[in-house]
Amino acid sequence: MMAPPRLELTGISKAFGGVQALRSVDFVLQPGSIHGLAGENGAGKSTLMKIIAGVHPADAGTMKVDGVPVHFRSTRDAIRAGIGMVHQELSVAPELSVAENVFLGAQPVNGFGIVAWRRMAREAAVQLHNLGLDIDPRSRLGDYPIGVQQLVELSRVLFSGAQTIILDEPTSALSPPEVAHLFGVLRKLRDSGRSLIFISHFLDDILAISDEVTVFRNGAKAASAPVGPGIDKGWIIQRMIGAGREELEESYLGQIRLDSRANAPVILEAKGLSLGRAYRNLNFVARGGEVLGIYGHMGCGQIELARTLFGKLRPEAGVLSIDGGAASLANTTDGKSAGVAFVGESRRAMLFAEEPVYRNISITFLERLSRWMLKPGLERAAATQQVKRFDIRPPNVEARLGALSGGNQQKVALAKWLTHAPRLLVLVEPTRGMDVGAKEDVVKIVRALRDTGIAIIVLSTEPETVLSLADRVLVMRKGEFAQEFADESISKDRLLDAA
Amino acid sequence: MDSPPAATDRPRPAFQLGDFLRDQLRNIAPFITLIVLVGFFSIASPSFATLANLENILQQASVTGIIAVGLTFVILTAEIDLSVGAVANATAIVLTYFTMQPDYVNIANIPMPGIIAVLLGLAACFGLGFVTAFGVTRIGIPSFIMTLAMMQIGAGISAVLVRGQIAYSVPSLVLTLGSKSIFGIPWIVIVAALFLLIAHLVLTYTRFGRYVYMVGGNREAAEYSGVNVRLIVGSVMVISAMCSGVAGMLGVAYFGSAQQNEFDTFLLDAIAAVVVGGTSLFGGRGGIGNTIVGLFVLGVLNNGLDYVKIDSFLKILIRGLILLIALIINIYAERLRTSRAAGG
Repeated sequence: MMAPPRLELTGISKAFGGVQALRSVDFVLQPGSIHGLAGENGAGKSTLMKIIAGVHPADAGTMKVDGVPVHFRSTRDAIRAGIGMVHQELSVAPELSVAENVFLGAQPVNGFGIVAWRRMAREAAVQLHNLGLDIDPRSRLGDYPIGVQQLVELSRVLFSGAQTIILDEPTSALSPPEVAHLFGVLRKLRDSGRSLIFISHFLDDILAISDEVTVFRNGAKAASAPVGPGIDKGWIIQRMIGAGREELEESYLGQIRLDSRANAPVILEAKGLSLGRAYRNLNFVARGGEVLGIYGHMGCGQIELARTLFGKLRPEAGVLSIDGGAASLANTTDGKSAGVAFVGESRRAMLFAEEPVYRNISITFLERLSRWMLKPGLERAAATQQVKRFDIRPPNVEARLGALSGGNQQKVALAKWLTHAPRLLVLVEPTRGMDVGAKEDVVKIVRALRDTGIAIIVLSTEPETVLSLADRVLVMRKGEFAQEFADESISKDRLLDAA
Repeated sequence: MDSPPAATDRPRPAFQLGDFLRDQLRNIAPFITLIVLVGFFSIASPSFATLANLENILQQASVTGIIAVGLTFVILTAEIDLSVGAVANATAIVLTYFTMQPDYVNIANIPMPGIIAVLLGLAACFGLGFVTAFGVTRIGIPSFIMTLAMMQIGAGISAVLVRGQIAYSVPSLVLTLGSKSIFGIPWIVIVAALFLLIAHLVLTYTRFGRYVYMVGGNREAAEYSGVNVRLIVGSVMVISAMCSGVAGMLGVAYFGSAQQNEFDTFLLDAIAAVVVGGTSLFGGRGGIGNTIVGLFVLGVLNNGLDYVKIDSFLKILIRGLILLIALIINIYAERLRTSRAAGG
């Protein structure tokens, strides 16, 4: 007789408020296998994982672990049943030692209740060695790259005795060699009989590591199949986004033709920009009517570069010039005056959730309305115009910003800069965390803005974002530009190779 | 735009009583407190609810009120100023230092014409505020610590200039504004009302006022919108010091003398007035309207306790308890907002 599945979920449903997040989902995880999960944001894969890990209870359905029905009321119940989860955001303590991180919350103690440091270091070293990581367990964890930190966190989950391990976006912050190393570790764990669930937006990663893949769409399981011939990215994408999304499929799969505008006027020029460990000796130009994409892995220095262009950070060396004039940006007010508009990667840091929409929009141009006084009528009129122009919903400028959906908030973050055309628009992760429809809206807005002749720089860690927006691409690696793609066809693979 | 769109884009009902009350808790609670206190003292003592006593309350609240104006700006940007009492004291003593004192005051002072003495006083509080602003915005010292240091500096300036003595004379302009009346209305009440009115207009109708609220609401977002956050925070620290300085100068005329530690209690009273009134300690919510209600709550409480037979030592405890309740409401109001924001 065959061994029962490690996990068997039947008819799982879950609603949050009025939104049905999962609709009667069946899911089976075999022992000693890696199961890849794909799906767009909000498709239900995270909700299902949280139910498995005991974070949320299911509204309906049953769950069996090794054939035994279970009912998790908390994450502790799940951990006791041998289920561990490594979340997307690292939850390590960078100031503590590697060993302390491995044993976080479960430090070995001697008879007097005092931490047994030597034993801890020894056991941590063995543990990490098994993961192929030979580092000094007494050194500070924060000194190591993100990939190492991720493996340390993984080892903590392993150490808790987990037989089932859920990995949420484990490769998003990792460089290709780090990914290769992680995959080696995961295969070793699988071969030792453990079961892993691998959630990722990186479909190549899913296909490379998984034995079986399940695709979610709109809170339901769209497809499930063992990885083999015929199961490729196209197969997954078709099931992820349904039919009629040719434009986006192209950016995932196809060769995208980059047409730079070499004759267009240079708006921004950077010469020899350097800032500490973040980036070194960057030279580039941004032209009017062109979208310059800057792609790189997390931590490659692009976040710092974006902030430098807006005056939030000052470079230690190098010069910026805008429209031929030197631009020494001491603060963000200087950046705005120089004609730079900035939309960062975190909407929370860009917008005032408690304030009405019109105040979120007008904050950037109050000084144009009047030097000293507020002009409530003009302010609302300008905001109303932007809400119409960008089709922001609900179309009510008095609505509290926090009540808007994520996609609409992102449109507000863009709209506030566009009452008066900037010279340069800097966009960091402009489509992160958005569904396909909202992404398409942003792509359309950015293309339309480009055609008005302003310079646009898009910085992202997601190749799809850069490919769907850019006319020319710079690839950034560890604080330097590694490669430029212009006037040629490009695909995701080439971009990933370069970074 | 999230899927499914029907659920997230559904418009909220135009008016929900529960939401409205939650939103307005910070505004309603102080008002109810005020009505309850007035009602209680009116019943407890027939001489409380008289026109003459209203004038008393207004007069007693005026010095606190002028200080609270500056503090309202500071707290709206989510900063704090603990130096208001010390700056008021130092300014008052600078003023008297440059005013001719009677023979029996044994201070080596430098008499100047009245208007010069007033200008020197204003320069002193501006200077102290500027140093605070520099420390907070340029060096990056948290305002809590920076103004704690400034509190000592202000006290030190006072101590050095009066050397344990008491000064009595102030320029005639200050004497008039601080202790005289016009048409039966004390000038100091008129000055306090003007400060409150101007501050209200600035906060409500000017670009600077909007920036004060936006910096308090989300400092990072303000910075990423091109607002000069340092300039705004620095400005409110200077405004606070200037308000304290004016309050200090008028206070000397009102009390009739200037000495060390004269304004120590005003720090707590002014903060209490702002916070009891419902201005959020986390910034971005509240305003002068709240501060006015807060001033009345404190004024009525301080004054009313004199009208009822109560152990005078117990009064201090009662004031402390009222402040604690106001703080609880303040935090609770913030939590209700954020929980609704998270749910919406």
